[in-house]
Amino acid sequence: MTTKTARLHIRRGTPGAPARIETFEVPFTPGQSLLDGLRWIRAKLDPTLAIRFSCINANACKECMIELEGKAAYACTERLREGDMHVAPLSNKALVHDLVTEIAPRDERLLD
Amino acid sequence: MIRLETDVLVIGAGGAGIYAAIAAARDGCSVQLIDRSLIGRGGATVMAQMTVSVALGAQCPDHWEHHLADTLAAGRGLCDPALSQLLCENAAPRIREMDAWKVGWAREDGHIKQVHAPGHDRPRCVYVDFLNTGPAVSRTLRAQLNRIPAIRRIGDVLITDIVVHEGEAVGAVGLHLVSGETVALEAKSIVIATGGLTRLYRRNSGSLNMGGDGYALALRAGAELVDMEFVQFFPIGHLAPRMIGMDPIMWDPFRYKLGGRLLNAAGEEFADRYGQAESGNYVLTRDVATYAIYKEVEAGRGSPAGGAYLSFAHVPEAELRKAFGPVIDRLAKNNIDLTKMPVEVAPIAHYHMGGVRANAAMETRVPNLYAAGEAVGGANGANRLSGNGITEAFVFGERAGTTAAARAKARAASGWNDAAAARALELIGKRSQAAAAPNTAALLIELQALMSDCVGPFRTEDKLQQALTKLQQMQRELGPLPAAATQYDMVCLDWFDLRNMLLVAQCVVRAAIARKESRGAHQREDFPGMLPEWNLNQRLSWREGELSLERVPAVQPAAKVA
Repeated sequence: MTTKTARLHIRRGTPGAPARIETFEVPFTPGQSLLDGLRWIRAKLDPTLAIRFSCINANACKECMIELEGKAAYACTERLREGDMHVAPLSNKALVHDLVTEIAPRDERLLD
Repeated sequence: MIRLETDVLVIGAGGAGIYAAIAAARDGCSVQLIDRSLIGRGGATVMAQMTVSVALGAQCPDHWEHHLADTLAAGRGLCDPALSQLLCENAAPRIREMDAWKVGWAREDGHIKQVHAPGHDRPRCVYVDFLNTGPAVSRTLRAQLNRIPAIRRIGDVLITDIVVHEGEAVGAVGLHLVSGETVALEAKSIVIATGGLTRLYRRNSGSLNMGGDGYALALRAGAELVDMEFVQFFPIGHLAPRMIGMDPIMWDPFRYKLGGRLLNAAGEEFADRYGQAESGNYVLTRDVATYAIYKEVEAGRGSPAGGAYLSFAHVPEAELRKAFGPVIDRLAKNNIDLTKMPVEVAPIAHYHMGGVRANAAMETRVPNLYAAGEAVGGANGANRLSGNGITEAFVFGERAGTTAAARAKARAASGWNDAAAARALELIGKRSQAAAAPNTAALLIELQALMSDCVGPFRTEDKLQQALTKLQQMQRELGPLPAAATQYDMVCLDWFDLRNMLLVAQCVVRAAIARKESRGAHQREDFPGMLPEWNLNQRLSWREGELSLERVPAVQPAAKVA
């Protein structure tokens, strides 16, 4: 199958520090998910990239919520596509690290 | 450091952990329910697609003894009969309790509908449409959980060690992922409900957090593991074309309702060559189907992606839609039209028969330490019957919660000791400053590839030895200390995961090397037959930094069951 390349511009950082955009070239075969691409980045380029997910592909856990092109989306159900993709943490939730935000219900957090 | 204190600490918030928490609170204890992920979202429960086995007698007359006979037969002589009986005998009350909590078991003609799954002697499996058993179960248990003030639910805490003082479990140490802080949890009793080890394999049907955490926690705390060589592969995991937003084990419900045809590259049905013929109905047991698909691929008759074809092309479209309405639309979004094309399927790591050794009260050999659900080994022997996974989560969860509560009430204090916790606390507190830290994400993928290639369902001495050597090498590569942690530090999280996964992988390999026969989910190509002298269970324990393996005769059922 032909390999294509997605250019992922990812908004990274931690609370209290200025965010930075980092760009990664991600090879993929058509059909692969954005989460596949983010996992590929961790394994091949930068294991420190923070992303929350649990069920990987089933869209059962609903943990991999991020923003793609400014809209809330699940990384596991968005497909990688050729060219530029802009990925950021949810803007309406408190930032934890990179793409991870505080999405747990308030009464299920250890610290408030 | 953050300090917490409770009567009963439950680790893992899947089906078993939530049930344990509810049962312990019902008996008057304070409970802390901890999960490394979000509460009720991770684990295997939420991923369940369909069957939950129970001798309910709703579809046709049944008795738990018949369910037990099928469970023991599937287990190939290695089940712990006391655990199997607990599972089968207590299934009905739990399934009815879930029904009263409005889980929504599928109904037909005014009764709960039960389907006939492979390996059962009659229709015995309840489910929630469509492909919705896991999500419905999780939602229902969460609703009950949220109504109980005595239970504190805490997500994003990774338990790294059980704290043992003077031979007894007195609490646990963990890492709060969001802040990077160390957590000390004092508890009068502790339930491990962390599920299985599917994450050790490249293709698996579990969640990310099923890396065998609980097995490693229990082993290091002094408990025994049993039957660790028996990893169940689900034969028809989705392989190709690439789908998104679908669970890889979704074809199981399709097989229940519509049969389907399993074909090789030549378009021939092949199960009959391996001892079980199918004629439009779904009767193939998991171990036989896994074997048949592997052998076809090996003989050069596999599908392009390296599996078998599963075809529903002979099923009229109206029938497909009646059976799976909304799912057909989700398939269409993935460009899959079952009336026109087959899909490709292949075995996928699905469940672990082995686990923490516990008695029918769910007690491990370490005082105050209990296990529940898939984390427990023994109930399913060498091969698990379809549908017993969710049932054991409910039944063992309820039982562990009840006995852990009784234990907690009998104890005046946790007996926590700071010195006993010091090593575990320091492991999180004092971190490696090593400059040349390995890429932990890459190491995890390497581990999954190794286990899939050398410790899959078909094993040889050579490959198993190769795996053992490589695991020891990876252990050295990982290093003795985790990386520096920040907020939601994936590298630090991977380090703790690898620490457990490498240990648990070694347990699987060591037990697989020792068992020189083929039985159920453990198939040795160099020792093809099942041997009566191997009617033995293998137990692993951790002694002074070394794994130690012992063999004990399998317990036979007290009387011949129905």
